[in-house]
Amino acid sequence: MRIRTHPIIDFKKRKELPFYFQKKRIAGEEGDTIASALHAAGVRTLTTSLKYESPRGFFCGIGKCSSCLMRVNGVPNVRTCIAPLKEGILVEMQEKLAELPDAEFFGEPKKTIDVDVLIVGAGPAGLCAAIESATQGASVLIVDENQCVGGQLIKQTHKFFGSKQERAGVRGIDIAKELENDLRRLECEGNIQVMIDATVIGCYESDKKYRFGVVERREYKSRLYDVRCDAVILACGAMENMLLFPGNDLPGVYGAGAVQTLMNVYGVKPGERVLMIGAGNVGLIVSYQLLQAGIAVDRVVEAAPIIGGYNVHAAKLRRCGVPIQTSHSIKEVCGEKKVEGAVVLRLDENWKPIKDSEEYIKCDTICLAVGLTPSTRLLSQIGVDLKFISEAGGYVALHDNSMQTSVKGVYVAGDASGIEEASTAMIEGKIAGLASAILLGRSKNKKLLSQYREELVQLRAGPFGEKPRIAKEKIAKLAEAHHA
Amino acid sequence: MREYEKTGILSLKELKVPLKKHLEKGVAILECVQEIPCNPCVDSCPVHAISMKDINAPPMNDFEKCIGCTKCVGVCPGLAIFVVKVKDDKAWITLPYEFITVPKVGDVIQALDRTGTVRSKATVKKVVKHGKTMVITIEVERSLAMDIRNIKV
Repeated sequence: MRIRTHPIIDFKKRKELPFYFQKKRIAGEEGDTIASALHAAGVRTLTTSLKYESPRGFFCGIGKCSSCLMRVNGVPNVRTCIAPLKEGILVEMQEKLAELPDAEFFGEPKKTIDVDVLIVGAGPAGLCAAIESATQGASVLIVDENQCVGGQLIKQTHKFFGSKQERAGVRGIDIAKELENDLRRLECEGNIQVMIDATVIGCYESDKKYRFGVVERREYKSRLYDVRCDAVILACGAMENMLLFPGNDLPGVYGAGAVQTLMNVYGVKPGERVLMIGAGNVGLIVSYQLLQAGIAVDRVVEAAPIIGGYNVHAAKLRRCGVPIQTSHSIKEVCGEKKVEGAVVLRLDENWKPIKDSEEYIKCDTICLAVGLTPSTRLLSQIGVDLKFISEAGGYVALHDNSMQTSVKGVYVAGDASGIEEASTAMIEGKIAGLASAILLGRSKNKKLLSQYREELVQLRAGPFGEKPRIAKEKIAKLAEAHHA
Repeated sequence: MREYEKTGILSLKELKVPLKKHLEKGVAILECVQEIPCNPCVDSCPVHAISMKDINAPPMNDFEKCIGCTKCVGVCPGLAIFVVKVKDDKAWITLPYEFITVPKVGDVIQALDRTGTVRSKATVKKVVKHGKTMVITIEVERSLAMDIRNIKV
């Protein structure tokens, strides 16, 4: 199940790490998460559903859902898709609702950190926000749940579109490295503190500054930080959407992004033959990357009558012989304990199934690339105004053109502020970073702010920018109405 | 609705097809017809043959100016640029390639069209590395000059 040769990524042989799964000794590799190591060893079932006891595998692969929760060294509910593999750990499938253990969670007293700006999420938006804010003279703490910074850039092996300013023509994985270099330089200079493998758990009562609880995980033990800041930028990203059909919880039905993480970050094959649901850019790009990793793609099905993603991405797949079927959808997944196949069918002009159009497909993996939903729970807890805007992908925080929400000093950027591309997320991050520095009196560079806003307008000007453009217009209008 | 929006496959009527004299000197065919925000091909062109009204406009190649240097082939993030040059009864096609098995000069491989159908054999004439993208030139029959767009090793 390991990918050893790849045209874009250099998968070096890594040190073997033995560990225990259900008391049986198996081995993963250094750099694995628990779930990627299990997957590489052929273990796809990580948990069972609470109601029906049916087997479950992971779904989002980036720590946003609950389908990979396992007990590790006695600690229940560990998100194994982002928890790092360590030598000798005991990994177990837990009973339906895990027992609360006696283990000591906060072994040390909490520590206080005082900064100007807290940034939640170190993806393209968060990294750009941190770099911009710190460059303008603000002191910054950036927190991310994963083992490394870069967010979803670390699995984007394709070259990015956009203009030179947004690093067009550079692969996402290389943009992540460039941004990390800038971040680490500012860290060395003392302007930024970076905390990975840590979660911002909530906003707490405070008389003057904002106050957040941050839990840093170390070797499955946690340390609590009391973070005080004058501004906060929430760049928490998004979560992949699920689609309703019988069998959608069988191990082997994954979010397309989860599959991309598994193969491009950890070098583990998700399966041998994949059915892709959704012909937007994510579905098309991940399908091509599956081929590059040596995995067969049976076809791409798309419920809409036209391909939603760029034609250049569709054309790449077609010339490799992968069919794209528009006005087609998945009816059900076949298989008892794992995916063994699927039934697809044709839809009429009203998106209703056409009788006798069913076709059985043999495959072991199904990828869902059916859109994303912004991650807004922390924003909701802070109490900013959220509205449901379908073009933005769901509930989003109302914000002005400086990315400031209805609560002063609380900013939002990237997918968390409405689903869009990494290129626009980076500019939104720069805007939020700069605007927060201006608010705190660390910068006066309003000219640069206008320049960034103009870049955003440019990128959204085409037909593919229509949806985010409408979303942002609605957000601006509602924010203005609220302000008045 | 345009057919390619349903199939993903461009037909020649959507593309600017070069004249015989242009094909004989060798020119870049930009198989990028939608308005998407992207412009690295413009910057890559040493003779300023590729232009764009704004970042969302589809790129245009001035076949009079284009020298068929193939620089844009390895640059295009959409892997959508091909250089075609014809001589006598043969066509040389330069295309981007990002798969594990890289062919060597002289290898005889399969040539595929826009639908992924194997249409003929091809001889590898040039292999150039552009970052992680391989820029590969193959030789096929002249009649397939505007059809062959992929290889299988």
